[in-house]
Amino acid sequence: MTTQPPLAIEATGLVKSFGETRAVDGVDLAVRSGTVYGVLGPNGAGKTTTIRMLATLLRPDEGSARVLGHDIVRDAETVRELVSLTGQLASVDEDLSGHENLVLLGLLLGLRRAAAKTRAGELLAAFGLSEAAGKLVKHYSGGMRRRLDIAASIVVTPQLMFLDEPTTGLDPRSRNQVWDIIRTLVAEGTTILLCTQYLDEADQLADRIAVIDRGTVIAEGTPAQLKASVGSGALHVRLLDPEQRPAAAQLLERDLGSVHLEPDPAGVSAPCSDADRAAEAVAELSRAGVRIGGFSLGQPSLDEVFLALTGRTAEEQTEDPAGDLHEEQAA
Amino acid sequence: MSTQTTHPQTTTPPAAAEEAAALRKALASTPRPPRATPRQAAMAFGWRGMLKVKHVPEQLLDVTITPVMFVLMFTYLFGGAIADSTGEYLNYILPGVLVMSILFTTVYSGIALNTDLTKGVVDRFRSLPIWRPAPLVGALLGDTVRYLIAGTVIVVLGVALGFRPDAGIGGVLAAMALVLVFAFGLSWVFTTLGLLLRSPSAVMNAGFMGIFPLTFLSNVFVEPETLPAGLKAFVDVNPISILSTASRGLMHGNADTSDILIVLATAAALTAIFAPLTTRLYRRA
Ligand SMILES: Nc1ncnc2c1ncn2[C@@H]1O[C@H](COP(=O)(O)OP(=O)(O)OP(=O)(O)O)[C@@H](O)[C@H]1O
Ligand SMILES: [Mg+2]
Repeated sequence: MTTQPPLAIEATGLVKSFGETRAVDGVDLAVRSGTVYGVLGPNGAGKTTTIRMLATLLRPDEGSARVLGHDIVRDAETVRELVSLTGQLASVDEDLSGHENLVLLGLLLGLRRAAAKTRAGELLAAFGLSEAAGKLVKHYSGGMRRRLDIAASIVVTPQLMFLDEPTTGLDPRSRNQVWDIIRTLVAEGTTILLCTQYLDEADQLADRIAVIDRGTVIAEGTPAQLKASVGSGALHVRLLDPEQRPAAAQLLERDLGSVHLEPDPAGVSAPCSDADRAAEAVAELSRAGVRIGGFSLGQPSLDEVFLALTGRTAEEQTEDPAGDLHEEQAA
Repeated sequence: MSTQTTHPQTTTPPAAAEEAAALRKALASTPRPPRATPRQAAMAFGWRGMLKVKHVPEQLLDVTITPVMFVLMFTYLFGGAIADSTGEYLNYILPGVLVMSILFTTVYSGIALNTDLTKGVVDRFRSLPIWRPAPLVGALLGDTVRYLIAGTVIVVLGVALGFRPDAGIGGVLAAMALVLVFAFGLSWVFTTLGLLLRSPSAVMNAGFMGIFPLTFLSNVFVEPETLPAGLKAFVDVNPISILSTASRGLMHGNADTSDILIVLATAAALTAIFAPLTTRLYRRA
């Protein structure tokens, strides 16, 4: 035994194939207890399949994993007692009300009916869903559904939580609400494995990130390390007049080293993580008579991460984003 | 997708501060209760089934309108032709209609399960530390309540039309219980189908393709005396014939113990084979 803090998840060489597709092709993960671990990857990378194996819903073809010290195949029952899963498809019952959903889970987790009701009310209040408590979930908005979904995962506080793309499809406000919930959960000591397609989400929440692509981990580290390896952030400039883009690109290249012409004909960006230098470069553009519609200093997008790590963009290998899970359920 | 990924600072307006405090409190401490017993878990799923009926009461039309139509149709359309008087035929046919209506309803258990699987909620159920067959047993227990409603409608309507069970209410209840036990066993066949087939309509087709011939090649409607020998032999061993003979017997006070035992044994055998199969398939679905 080592003196290291215990690992909440320890996976080695996980493989899962569906027919010809090797959905997960040798994934190793090491997640410290009490941290948020981000799994970042484009559509079809194998995020959901990895989570489903770790949550004991799928049996790996090869490799092994221990979750909170228990083998996911041999001790699956014990693992299920300690973790909870918020799936990519809303894992709540659409034909019941929010309150009924939470009471049902309370009962299934061993609470008495009165306790289950109290807990349901408490969670609905905490998640801003009291008013919608009696409404059927199928009438909920996407953000409400997600919050209920997370509430359903913590009816009894899990030691480890799997969150599969908790903010995909949410508006910025709902997204922030979900992020706040996740931060609070972590502060209370829950370990979280978070799958996401958004680098900024992983950056905001995760202590460490694994980037996965075509079923394998292609990069791993803290958000800072990852961004550094990708070339940190970027200055994005929108021009009022696309005609001026060549001139702007030239200036930015001179000031910041290199430029990237965005798909938007009026957009141009350059790698830069230093706000002072970015401000200087923008001022420079302005002085040279380039008319600027707007600018921002942002982090590299998942696209840019992929470009840097694999030499191709995430979109080039995107597969049907919604279809796969349905197929899987019907099979 | 824009490449712009600036993120707004998470702001905390005053109203939200209260919410944040409530959130922290809700997340703080929940001692883990002892694991739900198999009975608790199955009952919780049964409750889920009932809630669905509560929210969509139209579901009950399936189980009430169809039997009502069967009773009326067989009594008035065929009753005169087959037996001498409506009342006499009703005494013969009503237990059979009860059997038929309830057995038809069992197909819906498979359809409902198949529909459930297309939703994400099944992943959550499967990731819970509960007795494995609980979601299935619970759903079937919930369905049993629907069968009970169907059965009650049929008997009440029958009595209004002139059905007179010789064994009285006790006999009717005993017959109903027997049919429910058999239906529970048969449901497992359809839940297995529900997990094997790809769509709810495929389950519906396959289910009725099986249950229709079995029902019509039974003694539900007519005594098989008039049938050709080969067919009669089949009708005689058809479990649905034995079930309707037994329930007719229970209602009229002349039941054969051996018939009842055969029905119970068949239900037990179906459960023993198909319940574990369904449970295995459900875990892997
Ligand atoms: N049950 C299944 N049967 C067949 N193929 C599957 C099944 N589940 C997943 N796949 C395939 O495995 C690959 C990885 O899928 P997975 O759902 O794990 O990706 P993901 O990273 O979660 O993607 P997304 O961002 O779209 O959710 C995809 O090519 C998908 O089509
Ligand atoms: Mg996924």
